Amino acid sequence: MTQRVGVIRFPGTNCEFDTIDAVRALGGEAEILWHSDSSIKNVDAIVIPGGFAHGDYLRCGAIARFSPVMEAVSDFALAGGPVLGICNGFQVLTEAGLLPGALQKNAGMKFLCSMQQIEFVSTQNVVGKGSQVGDCLQIPINHFEGNYVCSPEILSRLETQEQIVFRYTDNPNGSIKDIAGICNEAGNVVGMMPHPERATSDLLGSNDGAALIQSFLSV
Amino acid sequence: MQFEAKIEVSPRDGIANPEGSTIERSLPALGFEMTRNVRVGKLIRFEVEAESADAARSLVEDMCNRFLTNPVIEDAAVEVLET
Amino acid sequence: MSAAPEDASVHRALGLSDEEYEQIHELLGRHPNHLELAMYSVMWSEHCSYKSSKVHLKRLPTEAPWVLVGPGENAGVIDVGDDIAVAIRIESHNHPSAIEPYQGAATGVGGILRDIFTMGARPIAVMDPLRFGPLDDPRSRWIAEGVISGVSGYGNSVGVPTVGGEIVFDETYKGNPLVNVLAMGVLPSERLVLGQASGVGNLAILLGAATGRDGIGGVSVLASAGFDENSEGADKRPSVQVGDPFEEKRLLEACLELLDEGLVSGIQDLGGAGITCATSETASRGGAGMDVDVSAIHSREEGMEPFELMTSESQERMLAIVEPEHLEKVLEISAQWEITASVIGRVTGNGQLRIMDGFEGEVLAELPASTLHDDAPEYNRPMSPPDDLTERRLRDASQGPANCVEDLLALVCDPSWVYSQYDHQLFLNTVVGPGNDGTLLRLRHPSTGEETGRGLAMSTDGNHRWCYVDPRQGTKMIVAEAVMNIACVGANPLAVVNCLNFGNPEHPEIMWQLSESVDGMSEACIAFNAPVVGGNVSLYNETNAVDIAPTPVVGVLGVHPDLSEPPPGIGLPPDSLLLVLGQEPESDVSMGGSRWAWEVGCCKDGVLPEFDLDHAVRTAAFVAESVQKQRLKAVHDVGEGGLAVALAEMAIRSGIGAKIKNHDNHISMFNESGGRVLVAIENRELDDFVKTAAARGVTAKVIGETGGSSLQFGPMVDVSLESLTVASENQLPEALGQGTVNA
Repeated sequence: MTQRVGVIRFPGTNCEFDTIDAVRALGGEAEILWHSDSSIKNVDAIVIPGGFAHGDYLRCGAIARFSPVMEAVSDFALAGGPVLGICNGFQVLTEAGLLPGALQKNAGMKFLCSMQQIEFVSTQNVVGKGSQVGDCLQIPINHFEGNYVCSPEILSRLETQEQIVFRYTDNPNGSIKDIAGICNEAGNVVGMMPHPERATSDLLGSNDGAALIQSFLSV
Repeated sequence: MQFEAKIEVSPRDGIANPEGSTIERSLPALGFEMTRNVRVGKLIRFEVEAESADAARSLVEDMCNRFLTNPVIEDAAVEVLET
Repeated sequence: MSAAPEDASVHRALGLSDEEYEQIHELLGRHPNHLELAMYSVMWSEHCSYKSSKVHLKRLPTEAPWVLVGPGENAGVIDVGDDIAVAIRIESHNHPSAIEPYQGAATGVGGILRDIFTMGARPIAVMDPLRFGPLDDPRSRWIAEGVISGVSGYGNSVGVPTVGGEIVFDETYKGNPLVNVLAMGVLPSERLVLGQASGVGNLAILLGAATGRDGIGGVSVLASAGFDENSEGADKRPSVQVGDPFEEKRLLEACLELLDEGLVSGIQDLGGAGITCATSETASRGGAGMDVDVSAIHSREEGMEPFELMTSESQERMLAIVEPEHLEKVLEISAQWEITASVIGRVTGNGQLRIMDGFEGEVLAELPASTLHDDAPEYNRPMSPPDDLTERRLRDASQGPANCVEDLLALVCDPSWVYSQYDHQLFLNTVVGPGNDGTLLRLRHPSTGEETGRGLAMSTDGNHRWCYVDPRQGTKMIVAEAVMNIACVGANPLAVVNCLNFGNPEHPEIMWQLSESVDGMSEACIAFNAPVVGGNVSLYNETNAVDIAPTPVVGVLGVHPDLSEPPPGIGLPPDSLLLVLGQEPESDVSMGGSRWAWEVGCCKDGVLPEFDLDHAVRTAAFVAESVQKQRLKAVHDVGEGGLAVALAEMAIRSGIGAKIKNHDNHISMFNESGGRVLVAIENRELDDFVKTAAARGVTAKVIGETGGSSLQFGPMVDVSLESLTVASENQLPEALGQGTVNA
């Protein structure tokens, strides 16, 4: 079944068309959902892409979470619909309370754009289908606030409930436990700082992101 | 003597403050229509050792001018408290 | 409208000479009032009018069949085939960055992006050639860190990848950094928009940020006294502009949507000289006039005077010319993007620019729109070579305490500390990104996203050392280097943009440098068949009356015809042969202008090595051809630091070393003889490769072979890859990372 993916566009989002290109290249359908719409138009899955929603002013994701479309996204997620937040999208999901924890400034206090190796810690989620725990992927990061932090209680829950999806093999930003991506308890909502859509062509240096998007399209 | 320094760094009058304007535009959507003139700055706090309150203040002001702020675009309101 | 004969102190304070004032007097047939004077002063400034350089710039080649728009518009536009046009421009933001590095660089990026989307193109790449004072100077480090964060903060947020650039540190830029920014965009060829206003009755709509008292520094002398008495005076008024990438992003999307929908007949960004420039330029380009209502301008501050509104350089604003029936739709799209839109002007047929308080209200200023541009003064300033030129050229730059290993370790520098702070991958086009020779992007159709199978290549290059020693030949060599850089990623050049950073034009030797440099550029651009499609001149780059070394910077754009495989890259492969292509250095090659001479030998004089431009043209074509045919295992341009530094960069990249025959002294290792490229090929390819090179008129010499874990030059010089890697990687973080907090 071909999935129809809704890609949320806030003012300041900038990875929406890259995400659409990657989804289409892998056989999915994709359309833009505007932040002020209150409906998500019967799409089968939702991506909140990277960028700087509302300029990342105040805090990353802090203004975006109040957009009308986020209520619909929240209902969709709670009903078990697949939702993937990439980079800024991950930040929006934590601000919106759909994923636990928060993303603070990188430990080196610098923006970082570079290829990183990440490892699957759990595949019981919407991006893990077809992959094995321990699989290593080359996927670029591109963020200033990617340093994941949460309380010890949440961390132990993440660990015991297999909610840590990816960890960095060489931590670039100071994230607790090298966390690069997490999911909710049900595994249908995933947030990750690395950009899988940027790793969908050998010409661009890696095709490792394709497996994640493929999995997302097939759930 | 030990003092606590508090520096409120704010954009100078007339300097654009994009972060403040964006927050101001967003608040009405949450029902807060009564807000005006949102400005976003920084607060810097630290402890400082000096002979007197005046000496501490002058040290802190010097730090502001030379390092902590760019006086071309930022104002600094310095507060020094004995601890 | 007539005003009293002026007190000379006013126009002088505005930067207009007595002769210029008299010219305005004659053009108007009366004395100008203060507002008119303010408008002429900003438009006739060096920055807007190019009055000192225009006479020289005319000598540059600007035409080719593929050039759709040449210099003079907001950006140059090239036809690259498949119904795709490319808009490209470079600009400087040197002086603002010296005062407020973060905002200076940020607003530099913002300004150049508006130039690109003004042409109807979506910006898809930024490059930033940056030059700062020495790393051991704390203020220069502060400037460097601020500028890099500014490029990163604004560019990343606005959503345009920064795909390349340069970073140079030298004493000459202490106090006067050079912050140049190049932007490139793509558009469907049929959608080219020009910044002009036509159609009497059409509306001029100001889009974007509110107008504040930003960047009105010079004209603030006109402020009414009452405003200043209670504060610190006009000179203390903030003239620094603050960039808002979020506003720019929305403005960009809104403008592109307006263009997609065919709702605007002309569009112009607001840069230097603000509304004055945008309204008069659109009107005079369209052969029209315009009435401007200052009371309709949405402003950020209370009580702004007309001259402030007309000359403010507030960022993130555009002026769109719209037919009245499209107004409603334009306002709707603006609202969707949360962009403020105000109708501030009406196109008229009389060629006059009238500034009014309400469209039916008082006329505050009235002048022929074209006089602000076409009648701007043009100076052929006196020029002469420096008095000591002959003497300087006699000096031998090869002298100094040479220690080949130590010198090599000092000259390698990994710039990734800088470019890892820039998003260089957005839009999924970046095949070869920063830290390489040229940048290579996939060329896709801007509307359909369809791949063309071809690539766009770009490189920016400058070299103040070469240009200080010999501005004419130095400039030829930087054009050749830029072309060679894109050849290394498989592209042939199509066009050049330039940013001419020079000192004070009132110094005759500076005008001589500029003139020589223009002639060198002209010769090289003709030889490479790459016309100049746009440029920017930045003069008065000086600190305490000491001029910077002449620093013309060029950006070259080219096309890779078949991007089925990525280029080989710079990393050395194992078990291959290393060759140098291109002109062989003379046996007594000069070290003049080399990085070694300036930074190790401490001699800034002498002469440049001989340079054979035609050989460089043939070499570039052969390198591009070899990359396209996938005949190379590695390729790297030989630039500053010479052969040894180029080899070190190649070895560090892959962790594979090389053994080089001979070349075991500082002159053969570090000379900067131009037009050379290092390539690695398989052993069995040698005969055929050398034959092809000869057939193309290109010298090809085997200098050694790859392998091992060190770089060896002859039997005596041996540098381990580990020490090279450590030296290279630590240079910038150790110097620049000092102010940052590490976990």
